[in-house]
Order: sequence, then C-alpha cells, then structure tokens
Amino acid sequence: MSIAQQTVLAAGEASEHRTLIITLFSVFVAATLVITIWAGRQTKDAADFYAGGRQFTAFQNGLAVSGDYMSAASFLGIAGAISLAGYDGFLYSIGFLVAWLVALLLVAEPLRNSGRYTMGDVLAYRMRQRPVRTAAGTSTIVVSIFYLLAQMAGAGVLVSLLLGITSDAGKIGIVALVGVLMIVYVTIGGMKGTTWVQMVKAVLLIAGALLLTFLVLLKFNFNISDLLGKAADNSGKGSAFLEPGLKYGLTSTSKLDFISLGIALVLGTAGLPHILIRFYTVPTAKAARKSVNWAIGLIGAFYLMTLALGFGAAALIKPDEIIASNKAGNTAAPLLALHLGGVDSNWGAILLASISAVAFATILAVVAGLTLASSSSFAHDIYANVIKKGEATEKQELRAARWATVAIGAVSICLGALARDLNVAGLVALAFAVAASANLPTILYSLFWKRFTTQGALWSIYGGLVTAVGLVLFSPVVSGKETSMFPDADFHWFPLENPGIISIPVGFLLGILGTYLSKEEPDKGKYAELEVRSLTGTGAH
Amino acid sequence: MATETPPPSKTQARLPSTEEFVAEQESAEFGELRRSHRSFAFPLTVGFIAWYLLYVLLSNFADDFMGTKLFGNINVALVLGLAQFLTTFLIAWWYSRHAATKLDPKAEAIKSRMEGDA
Repeated sequence: MSIAQQTVLAAGEASEHRTLIITLFSVFVAATLVITIWAGRQTKDAADFYAGGRQFTAFQNGLAVSGDYMSAASFLGIAGAISLAGYDGFLYSIGFLVAWLVALLLVAEPLRNSGRYTMGDVLAYRMRQRPVRTAAGTSTIVVSIFYLLAQMAGAGVLVSLLLGITSDAGKIGIVALVGVLMIVYVTIGGMKGTTWVQMVKAVLLIAGALLLTFLVLLKFNFNISDLLGKAADNSGKGSAFLEPGLKYGLTSTSKLDFISLGIALVLGTAGLPHILIRFYTVPTAKAARKSVNWAIGLIGAFYLMTLALGFGAAALIKPDEIIASNKAGNTAAPLLALHLGGVDSNWGAILLASISAVAFATILAVVAGLTLASSSSFAHDIYANVIKKGEATEKQELRAARWATVAIGAVSICLGALARDLNVAGLVALAFAVAASANLPTILYSLFWKRFTTQGALWSIYGGLVTAVGLVLFSPVVSGKETSMFPDADFHWFPLENPGIISIPVGFLLGILGTYLSKEEPDKGKYAELEVRSLTGTGAH
Repeated sequence: MATETPPPSKTQARLPSTEEFVAEQESAEFGELRRSHRSFAFPLTVGFIAWYLLYVLLSNFADDFMGTKLFGNINVALVLGLAQFLTTFLIAWWYSRHAATKLDPKAEAIKSRMEGDA
C-alpha cells in the first residue's frame, strides 16, 4: 500500500473512525491484561503454565480452540476471498472444517491420554528421547513461526488500512506493539491466561459475525437465492461467480495447486502444535472429545456466516471499492459493516469500529496461542529433555519457557516488520502443509503402528519438513511472480504454490522407509505403554 | 460440561509397570477395545477423506455439473459444499455416540482395574 489514496478507508472514513477503533481496541487490551494478571497469580507450577492446570471444561476449551483456529485469515481472508472470487473462496472453509474430523477420530483423545505438555511428548514417547524431541521441537517452532509471521504481517496490513497509518514507522510500531502484548500475555498468564483471552475473543468474533450475518440477511428478507443473485450481478461475473473455477480453474497448474491446497488443509489441522496443546487443558480424553465437538459446531457455524458475509459484501459493495481498499479483499468484512450501518451515519462508523476492533483482538489472541506453543516446545522438549537431559527442575524449565517467549516474540517482531508488505496468504497454507508433512505422519505412526522406530520418526519429521519448506522456497510464493515475496528475483522451478501434494506423501513414505531400513528393533514395552495408555487413559496426567 | 468427569487430582494414581502394560496390551479385553476403535475410526476416516477429495475433484473438473441450478440461484456446487458441512457434523455426532457407548465403558473398566491393582 504505497499509495495512500488507493486505500479508500485510509483516505476517507478511517480518520474519523480512528478514535473509536482505538478506544474499543484499548478496552479489549485492558480487559485481557486484567485477565492475564489474574491468571498469572494462579499460575504456580508447570501444569498451570503449560496446560492451564488441566481444569477447563469441555465447552470452555471448545471455545478457546475455536478462538485459536479462527484467525484473521479465516475471518478477513475467507470473507474477502468470497467477496472477490465468489464460490472459490468458500472452498477454503470446507477444508478447514472437514480437517477437524481427523483430529476428532484419530488424534485428540490419544494425545490427551498419553502426552503431558507438548506435541513432542507423544512423538517421543516410545522413541529415543533426545533426537526425536529435537526434531519435534524444531518442527513445532518452524510451523508456529510461519503461522505467526502471517498473523504479524496481517496485523500491519489491517492497521494501515483501518487506521490510515501508512508510514513504515507506523506499521513497524504496530507490529512491535502486537509483539510486546503477546509476550506479556504468555509470560505472565501462561496457558491459563491465554485460554481465557481466546475465549473472550471467540465470543466477540462470533457475536460480531452473527450481527453482520443477521443484518445482511435482513437486507434480503432472508431470501438466500436473492442474496446470491445480487452478488452474482454486482460482481460483474454473472453466474460464474457462484460456481467453482474463478480463482483455481484457469489452467491445469492452478487446478493441481487447488488439489494440493485441499490435501494440505484437510490433513494439516491435526498436526498444528498450537491446536494440539489445547487438548491438555481439559481433565480427561472424554472432555477433549467434547471440546472438539464444540469446536466443530462453533467453527462450522462461523464459516457458514463468513459465506453470508462474503456474498453480502459482493452484493452490496462494488468490487472496485473492495479491491481499492485491499487487493486480496482482506477488508471486505469491515467495509461490509460500514455499508450495513450506512456509509455516512454514526451506525456505520460504530459497526466499522467494532468489527475492526474484533479483527485486531483476533490477531492478538492467535499470536499469543502460537507463541505459547513454540516456547512450551522449546522449554519442555529442547531445553529440559535435550539440553538438560531430563534433569532440569520445574523452576528452571519454566524460566526457560518465559525467556523463550521473549526471544520468539522478538524474532517475530523483526520478521513481522520485514514481512509487513508480503503476500501473507501463502504463509498460512504453508504452515498447514508443513504440519501435515512433518507432524501428522509421526503422530499417526507412533499411535497406531507397532513397528515404527526412532529412525522412521526422524526421517519422516525432517524429510517432511525439508521437502515442504524447500519446495515453497522454489515456488512462485517466494519468487518469479508479481505477487511473490521477491517479485524482482526469479529462482522458482516448482510450479505450485502449495507443496502438500508432494511433501505430505513424502513425509508418510519416509516414515515407512526409515522404519524398514533401521537396524534397531522398536521398543515393545514402550509401545504397550503408549497404546494401552492412549486408548484407556491409564496413568494419564 | 465436565461435571460428570471427576477433577484430576494433583497426586497421580498408581502407575502400572511396563510388564503390566504388555500383559494388558495382549489381553482379550484390550484387543476388543482396540478393534472397536480401529474398525470404526479407520474406515470412517478413509470415507470422509474420499468424500472430501471427490468434492475437490468435482469442483475442479465438473464445471457444468457443479453450475447446474437447482432452485433460484442455488446450484449444485453450493448444495454439495453445504453437504460437506452437514456430513462433518453428522460424522462428529456419530463417532461421539460410538465412543460413549462402545469405547468409554471398556476403557474405564481397564483403567480402573490397572490403576486400582496395588
């Protein structure tokens, strides 16, 4: 956004709404800081810091899981994609939702029963601890940093659009503010504070989406066919707007890319560390199952609402206006709020400010969840079990977790500041692809395959990780296209933007290959422990 | 929500030995629980992933079919997309019912026996 005049909001309405947006956002920050300090006083031992004391109810955790999952990419990104590409925007939300069934049927309950604080607990359970913990910690941090980077860059874009801050210094300042807040949330409040922040944010986000959906439907007398017809007309693309193909149907490469994306989305969720550690916050596997059910219900309902918001924006706002505000459509939802309330009325201003504040709250909460996942994994997997060989005291481990939070916060402020003008959509899909390639195979093999060995786990984690990240490095996401991170350079040879279709099978195959080629026998006693424990909860923490 | 589950105690229940875990793993009772989980979850996972991929492929290669209008402006693509939502909700409900009636009682019996044995 080099040209300030391009951004309709920034140039016009934003300055008038700025005070209101900032006030609402400050209220959210103040409220969450109070919660964080309160939670921090109750955080005494490692189970409190990493797992919120395991005392949350299934509904509370379901709400928090939804909060962690419904990032700015879902709220702003999907509504925006639907508003511009019509039906193809909707395809994202289907993959994001169906993915939860993998977590429900295969991962959530066994993980809750056999792990303690991190994803690495389960990956390393029956393996040689140090190498597998190192691998699990590495892939946790890589996945979380990619996800984090997208959120931080998204915060910069959003702020510049909504508050009219277009200077580089201003954007960097906002990214730094987000970074400092997330360090405060995590170091003081731990998992307990972060979970409450997620819950507050989830309620706000769902309430905001409900209100907008209701207003959109009201405009069309609850006639969905009319809404779709108006969206198709207004988009200038006619009935093609309501069919698949506008975004992904152009060439055979883009079709293949779409399949690759679809596979990454549906298999990625059950390998996302910041989602997995949420299952440790409830007392039992049964509660973990119920929290996934709550999450499926809430997230499903939310995605249905984004459908109404996206088509509503397409029906009520000229596509030129959406594109002028943000090329990817990321501000369609806030723009819709403005139009629904009335462009020149106070209601419009209040709605716009409220929805923008909710979007900021969303970014802040998701960023805190990601930071917690990566600092937990550093402290528990790498520091306590690899560096200190399992001999660190709880106090030392928690101190390491807090310092890791500060370090990860600092790193993401720097990366976020560098990435502030980059195309961020690819980064989230990349995080899903890396999670599905590096984490999911080892989780499933560990739990369900008797013969699986340490070498199989290492080949699968590192092989999946390197393949996924490597292919992206040489894909159009990084170079060779106008929308790339480095548009002026061209060293791409991999045609697809999403590596999933190659890297996920590679992760699964390397796990099998590494296992069959390894000289060591699997530890039968450890597998008996893991299998009985994961299915029955015997000896669960 | 969690009212039916007792709060976890900070003091851990007795942890069975590795030998006991191995014996349990080879027992008929545990074999029954494992079969009951796998024979339900594995085929269902293959099923919903295949159903999702079918939808992805149709979106990619069956433009005319997906664009067929059913009523008003509602076309096959939208109905199939919403059907994915519906099947996701139904599968979640179905699995949870299976788990509550077929898996939980078996799992709890094994857990309390193993942790209770002093």
